[in-house]
Amino acid sequence: MNIIDRRLNPKGKSLANRQRFLRRAKEQIVKAVRDSSGKRNIQDIENGDKISISTGGVREPSFHRSASGGLREHVVPGNKEFVEGDTIPRPDGGGGRGGSEGAPDGEGEDDFRFVLSREEFLDIFMEDLELPDLVKQKIKQTESFSLHRAGYSSSGSPSNLNLVRTMRNSLSRRIALRRPKPEEIERLEQEISDLEANGTDDDRLLELRGELDRQMRRSRLIPYLDPVDVRYNRFERVPRPVAQAVMFCLMDVSGSMTEHMKDLAKRFFILLFLFLKRRYRHVDIVFIRHTHEAKEVDEETFFYSAETGGTVVSTALEEMKRIIADRYPEGDWNIYAAQASDGDNMSNDNAKSAALLENVILPMCQYFAYIEVSQDYEGGLGGALGATLGRETDLWRTYKLVAKPGAPIAMRKVRTRREIFPVFRELFSRETATT
Amino acid sequence: MSMQMLDSPNQLIYEGADWDYDKIKRAYDAIERIAFDEMGLDIYPNQIEVITAEQMLDAYSSIGMPLMYKHWSFGKHFAQDETMYRKGLRGLAYEIVINSSPCISYIMEENSMTMQTLVIAHAAFGHNHFFKNNNLFRQWTDAKGILDYLEFAKTFILKCEERYGHQAVERTLDAAHALMSHGVHRYPRKQPLDLREEQKREDERQEYNRKMYNDLWRTVPTKPGVKEAVSAVENRKALLALPEENILYFLEKKAPRLHQWQREILRIVRRVAQYFYPQKQTKLMNEGCATYTHYYIMNRLHQKGLMSDGAYLEFLHSHTSVVFQPNFDDPRFSGINPYAIGFAMMEDIERIATKPTDEDRQWFPDFAGNGDAMGTLREAWANFRDESFVLQYLSPHLMRKMRMFEVRNDASEPEMMVEAIHNERGYRKLRKALARQYDIGYLEPDIQIVDVDLAGDRKLILQHRVINRVLLDESDARAVLRHIANLWGYEVMLVEVDATTDAVLKEHTVSASSLLLS
Repeated sequence: MNIIDRRLNPKGKSLANRQRFLRRAKEQIVKAVRDSSGKRNIQDIENGDKISISTGGVREPSFHRSASGGLREHVVPGNKEFVEGDTIPRPDGGGGRGGSEGAPDGEGEDDFRFVLSREEFLDIFMEDLELPDLVKQKIKQTESFSLHRAGYSSSGSPSNLNLVRTMRNSLSRRIALRRPKPEEIERLEQEISDLEANGTDDDRLLELRGELDRQMRRSRLIPYLDPVDVRYNRFERVPRPVAQAVMFCLMDVSGSMTEHMKDLAKRFFILLFLFLKRRYRHVDIVFIRHTHEAKEVDEETFFYSAETGGTVVSTALEEMKRIIADRYPEGDWNIYAAQASDGDNMSNDNAKSAALLENVILPMCQYFAYIEVSQDYEGGLGGALGATLGRETDLWRTYKLVAKPGAPIAMRKVRTRREIFPVFRELFSRETATT
Repeated sequence: MSMQMLDSPNQLIYEGADWDYDKIKRAYDAIERIAFDEMGLDIYPNQIEVITAEQMLDAYSSIGMPLMYKHWSFGKHFAQDETMYRKGLRGLAYEIVINSSPCISYIMEENSMTMQTLVIAHAAFGHNHFFKNNNLFRQWTDAKGILDYLEFAKTFILKCEERYGHQAVERTLDAAHALMSHGVHRYPRKQPLDLREEQKREDERQEYNRKMYNDLWRTVPTKPGVKEAVSAVENRKALLALPEENILYFLEKKAPRLHQWQREILRIVRRVAQYFYPQKQTKLMNEGCATYTHYYIMNRLHQKGLMSDGAYLEFLHSHTSVVFQPNFDDPRFSGINPYAIGFAMMEDIERIATKPTDEDRQWFPDFAGNGDAMGTLREAWANFRDESFVLQYLSPHLMRKMRMFEVRNDASEPEMMVEAIHNERGYRKLRKALARQYDIGYLEPDIQIVDVDLAGDRKLILQHRVINRVLLDESDARAVLRHIANLWGYEVMLVEVDATTDAVLKEHTVSASSLLLS
């Protein structure tokens, strides 16, 4: 008997088959993902998603008898009351109780449900999304150098000493300069001591002594290991290009922003973050919230702490400008910004905001997305509120002036969670130029 | 360990639920002694592999084989099984055993030591003995060569994917898989199969073609005229050897427009189908044999004081749930459980051999009361398949015990009727009907290739001989026909003919397709 532990074998043996399956059912899966993305929460992305597709494209047909019609005979256990010749009313639907041939009706099998992992879901969801075509993949040369072997050098640190090379050089030098080998000297000494013991041939002895003397001198002059022999492994620092991006999240947190609106904004920010994360090795996030003054905060504060005050959008833009100048030099970073607001702004600030956006912020940005969130008024309330809804907000009107064709800015309105995914897809879908 | 030590109460081979390699080794040795000395089993060398639940799912999805070529359908099954498993709708099998030499049994790391012991007795001895001794397996499968052959198949298909593209290979495999159940030779071959030889022969064939290839032949002018064409047609007709029920074989050999690699893929699928053919026909017996073996062995381990009472109870718990047979009116009923009826029949044979009643002596004169239960069982295991086994060995006693009855469900009549029950008049009828339920020739529709319109448009004609007016499932049948058309390259027609009257009941036609044949 042979017992083998296979538990440590590489996992994911069926991965190749799974990829083949996903490729096979691609069309249906893409559709299912799009459908389901409308309904789901962003947080769910962490868990992957269970999707169901119709079995049509992944059916494995075979010749088999149909489940109904004809004459069938079944032997079944558990007779309690029947005797030969009894009749039994036929149970509803196909094979029925006595049926041994598969499902009673085909209906249940039409849908095929399985779970997509988070990566698979995002892959498919973001499949044909692209960053707007003005991507400048900045290369920044800090922190990430990698060492590559690059031949040998005659200087270096002892830890990089290359023994083989060094000894090879030493050996060839010793051969070339005819440094006597220890055996040769030993042989001479042996011969001399032999002659001294026997003491017959004085000439020979003298000659040998002279020879030994020469050899010993030679051996002293020509070192075993000379500094010229020594070789070190040489490493070169090769800069590794790093595409990096920073994402600015700007949000109005004044009293008019409700929890619902913040929730919508958060969802949009997370999506954008996930998307950037897939495109850049390194993504920084900066959260800037503003009322009548703007402040850089951490994520927790950004989304959850309440603040009161007026609304002055330009302060946030100023803050963003300051932070860029401070920490994210335009040349080294791909800069993205997403702004969420309910559209309120102090009317005297509109002109300033527009100018700031157009002249300072947009030229630095790869992309600027403005999301206007509003309360989800189901069924419409009519009256004054309804009128407000239909009207364009101050900020919307202001930004609309900036958003000329060709400018890297996009504006969308979002009212319900359902709209987040479609709006996001719309913003980044491949064909769409900037709006 | 001496017998004396074994008999003393402290000589349990293990205690507690956790397993380790030493315990497994001890359990294996104890089981082996019982299996060889008392049961007289004869097995392939064993290889036991410990795997995780995920690996078990992996093994599930590639039809239980440790290596298999890649195909999306295995990925689909994996996704399906995984979903069910995670939902908790379905547990995993405790073991998977592979008919190969050495015989590989997978055991799961989560199992308790009692379960590992049970699994070793069940798979490594029960199934193993059956694989090695049953006539069908001996005749049809090559236990020594199967893993090598699958390795070859895997590499071959991988190479094809590289050379001809994923899609082309996938389509060929799809078509071949659809025909898997109609890709076996049902009748014995002249010599036992040697897959290694098979593979060598294929290599030689290709090497020969390569050497003999000479582009000059293409330029040699052929005689124009009808004579050539006619003789070619006659030649082909003779070669076709119709009717042929092995559709995959026919397409592999005769489909006019397939590439060599596509034929090889059909051949691989056909080989795999052939390998599993005996398993399909011996489910009841195979499980019955393994279940009887583990039951016998576990009981003996307990009797000899090698297994604690607690462990024995744990074993009984899982044993009874394995052989549980719900009645027909139970919501849990889903046909007859092969473990239940298999085990019941084996126990029944033991009873007849050792303590027969007068009825048994009358029904089974050749072995009733012969006192050699194991010998009788071993002979049955070696020489029968499910259908013939039921027909030969199902006793009135068991039919009464399981309270079997036969129902006739004729769609043309308003109600179902009880044809036979477990009484004197019904026994033989019941037994025959149950045997037929296990007859694979009856279960799978009888479909044959009957004709090819060679002089005309090369239409391939198949015939389904309909038994009891049960037609094929139409949408699936059409899908399979489309696959056949993909391989054949010309129109394909399937005629459903009543087996008794020869009346044509239905026709399906699928037009030519050259999706695969660029």
